Amino acid sequence: MKHLRSVNRKAQRVARAADPQHDPLNDVVALQGPPPQAAPHIPLGCTLIFSPGWEADHNGGTAGLCQPVERDIFDCHEGCFWPAQVPDQLNHAPDWTAKCAAAQKDWRKIDLVFP
Amino acid sequence: MSGSMSGATSELGLREFHSFQAAGKDFVYLVPSAAVFELDDSSAAVLNRLGARSLSRQDLAQQLSAVFPASEIDETISELLRVRAIGEIGVPEKQAAKVMPPENFPLTTMVLNVTNQCNLSCTYCYEYGEDKIVDTENGKKPKFMSEETARESVDFMLREAGDNKIAHLTFFGGETLMNFPVLKAAMSYARERAAATGKQVDFSLTTNATLLRPDIIEFLAENRVGVTISIDGPKEMQDQFRVFSNGKGSYDIVAPKIKELLKRHRSRPIGARVTLTSQTLDIRKIYRHLTEEIGFWDVGFAPVTTSPNREYAIAETGFDAMLEQFRGLAADFLEAALENRHHGFSNVKDTLEEIHKGVSKAYPCGAGLGLMGVSTDGDVALCHRFAGSDAHKLGTVRDGIDRLVQIGFLEKHHIDDKTDCSQCWARPLCSGGCYHEAHTRYGETAHPNLHYCEWIRGWTDTCLKIYAELSVRNPRYLEQFDEKVDYEASQVS
Repeated sequence: MKHLRSVNRKAQRVARAADPQHDPLNDVVALQGPPPQAAPHIPLGCTLIFSPGWEADHNGGTAGLCQPVERDIFDCHEGCFWPAQVPDQLNHAPDWTAKCAAAQKDWRKIDLVFP
Repeated sequence: MSGSMSGATSELGLREFHSFQAAGKDFVYLVPSAAVFELDDSSAAVLNRLGARSLSRQDLAQQLSAVFPASEIDETISELLRVRAIGEIGVPEKQAAKVMPPENFPLTTMVLNVTNQCNLSCTYCYEYGEDKIVDTENGKKPKFMSEETARESVDFMLREAGDNKIAHLTFFGGETLMNFPVLKAAMSYARERAAATGKQVDFSLTTNATLLRPDIIEFLAENRVGVTISIDGPKEMQDQFRVFSNGKGSYDIVAPKIKELLKRHRSRPIGARVTLTSQTLDIRKIYRHLTEEIGFWDVGFAPVTTSPNREYAIAETGFDAMLEQFRGLAADFLEAALENRHHGFSNVKDTLEEIHKGVSKAYPCGAGLGLMGVSTDGDVALCHRFAGSDAHKLGTVRDGIDRLVQIGFLEKHHIDDKTDCSQCWARPLCSGGCYHEAHTRYGETAHPNLHYCEWIRGWTDTCLKIYAELSVRNPRYLEQFDEKVDYEASQVS
């Protein structure tokens, strides 16, 4: 703003919101939270964790993966932003992984669940 | 093609704001955002032109071309459009939807009417006088709150405080100190329960000072109880309405007691709360007496709540006189603030804080939302002024708040439903005014207080000017309002 001086705190917020550079997506904050700060983007979900050996082994191939693809089902259906589809564990099939203690060894024991 | 892109040919006009001058500069108070902007020469010129008639961008630039280059005017128009000080004619401004407070809004302040009895018989009193709502003489309400009800009220308060760490408990009456034993019991119980639930309770009370004894003063000081004294000024004004039942004035009784309190109770600032009537309108004199001669830290003034036909009611012309008086004292406040000196005219300070934050209210106060009043039998009402009134009951301390009644109240009293207020630039701060005042004047809490609109606008204008002047000449003074958390009940009246 060159021609208007923000005098009170509300004017500062109006000016910020009216700034053409302003990204309105960042406005979504809790009502009673502190004023938003410029902050780095923090990704959520499984991308927070670097799990080497999922997509490629140290040679760039898939022969020596350190984690079996079967593990994905657990890594992806819990905290992942792109969740794997799994049975309804709250109501319908609470015990569908009961026999699977370690995915690498026991993945064959995961129940098949039919609706 | 969207409406906002067609600005080159369509006409521009003013949106809603209040313009004013301070420290030789031009300012606008935007409505409903409550933002305050200082204008430079070009923005002032644009608003000035558009005030006369609506114009297109080109016409504006052309009309002002002798003074400002076209690019500057273009830039100015864009800025004014963005903050919504101006807009395109025929394109309605995007209206925010009616926003209701979130459900289960936490209770910040509970006002406990520990008694509805009073040892004074102030003629204008809303509890006892001619305009009372609750039958305090022969009604079914107990005259004194029991210790048990006080304890239940404390439990209610802590329950309803939600995640708030601090709950404010204000004692009120009648004359609060007529039930000092229950006040004491409620405080110790509140401390105990608060500690158990990981909260803190802040205590305050309002009193007429007649019953301040040395041991009570000692107790209040030791327990850091915030004290507000109802007093109307020097002897001749105090004794006009604040009288005992035999008609004898109370000044000579209260003045020495208040001085004693002010001498001993130094843990919190103590304020005076003055009721203004048509017969006691000399605000500067009252202020000087209460601060310089008695020693109060601050003084808040409020016109008496009454139906219009009472002789002490402030009539139309009285509000004008009162505004002049307020302005005179406000000028003293400004002078002090410019030199970073304390000035205790709390009406100004409270308004400055609201202006600073840019408060834009959906409701005039926290009544029925963050603030509730509890009557002697444990009924919960909108606020202390309605405590005991069945028509304004929200629940009981035992059964909690009736959420349907509360939501109904909040729906009905929202500023968006006050048609009379929809064109007023002062509505972000006023929001229609006191429910109790409206009830007394118009018999309806949702009615805007139209009898003092001019006074509210005049006073808001004065405070805006003080704020703007401080922002130019002593901006650091305003920083004190940044972090301070304000609670409605710091002064309950």
